[in-house]
Amino acid sequence: MSHLDGMPLWASIPAAIFLLAGAGLTLIGSIGLVRLRTFYERIHAPTLGTSWGAGGIVIASMIAFTAMESRLVVHEILIWAFVTITTPVTLMLLGRAARYRDADSGQPLSEAAAELAVETGEADPDRA
Amino acid sequence: MSASILYTATTIALVLLGLAMACAVWRMIVGPRAQDRVLALDALYIDAMLLLVTLGLRTGNVFFFEAALVISMLGFVATVALAKFLMRGEVIE
Repeated sequence: MSHLDGMPLWASIPAAIFLLAGAGLTLIGSIGLVRLRTFYERIHAPTLGTSWGAGGIVIASMIAFTAMESRLVVHEILIWAFVTITTPVTLMLLGRAARYRDADSGQPLSEAAAELAVETGEADPDRA
Repeated sequence: MSASILYTATTIALVLLGLAMACAVWRMIVGPRAQDRVLALDALYIDAMLLLVTLGLRTGNVFFFEAALVISMLGFVATVALAKFLMRGEVIE
């Protein structure tokens, strides 16, 4: 732990707080992945890790490396930007694929999907 | 004092992220349908990426940042390809 010795207290305390908040939010999101019941509920859970989970850890890393190297280090913001941009794309594609598969397999739509279909006027009266 | 704060915080954060990865792996093994497994794989990629960033903060090594960036990009491409496969049955049309 040699590189951490020279770090001032004003940097290490906020970095630790952001780090623990980010890791805790990521864990809460993954617990939601285990505990929620339907796929359409579960698809919301990991976004906790990709929004403020990644944000908190990236901010902590930026604070720590800025204090460690005595210059502004912000290249971690690339990770944050990439994750923030790509998460909605992947989850929207995955949700659409799941909805097509539910419709194709002839199984009754789950409750959440059925409500969504009614709201958007795409409900199939035979299957409902 | 300052070093021990950050050292303890990174240790706890590594444990929390490891538990998060274990939750994602559980869902990937149990997950009733294929889309559950793909979602769990996406969450696992994000958790592993954050674990590498935390590890880089703990060791002071900047090369973990590049590994984390590559993992986040590969995770995006893998999840998009798998979602497309689930929907159409083929990746490249």
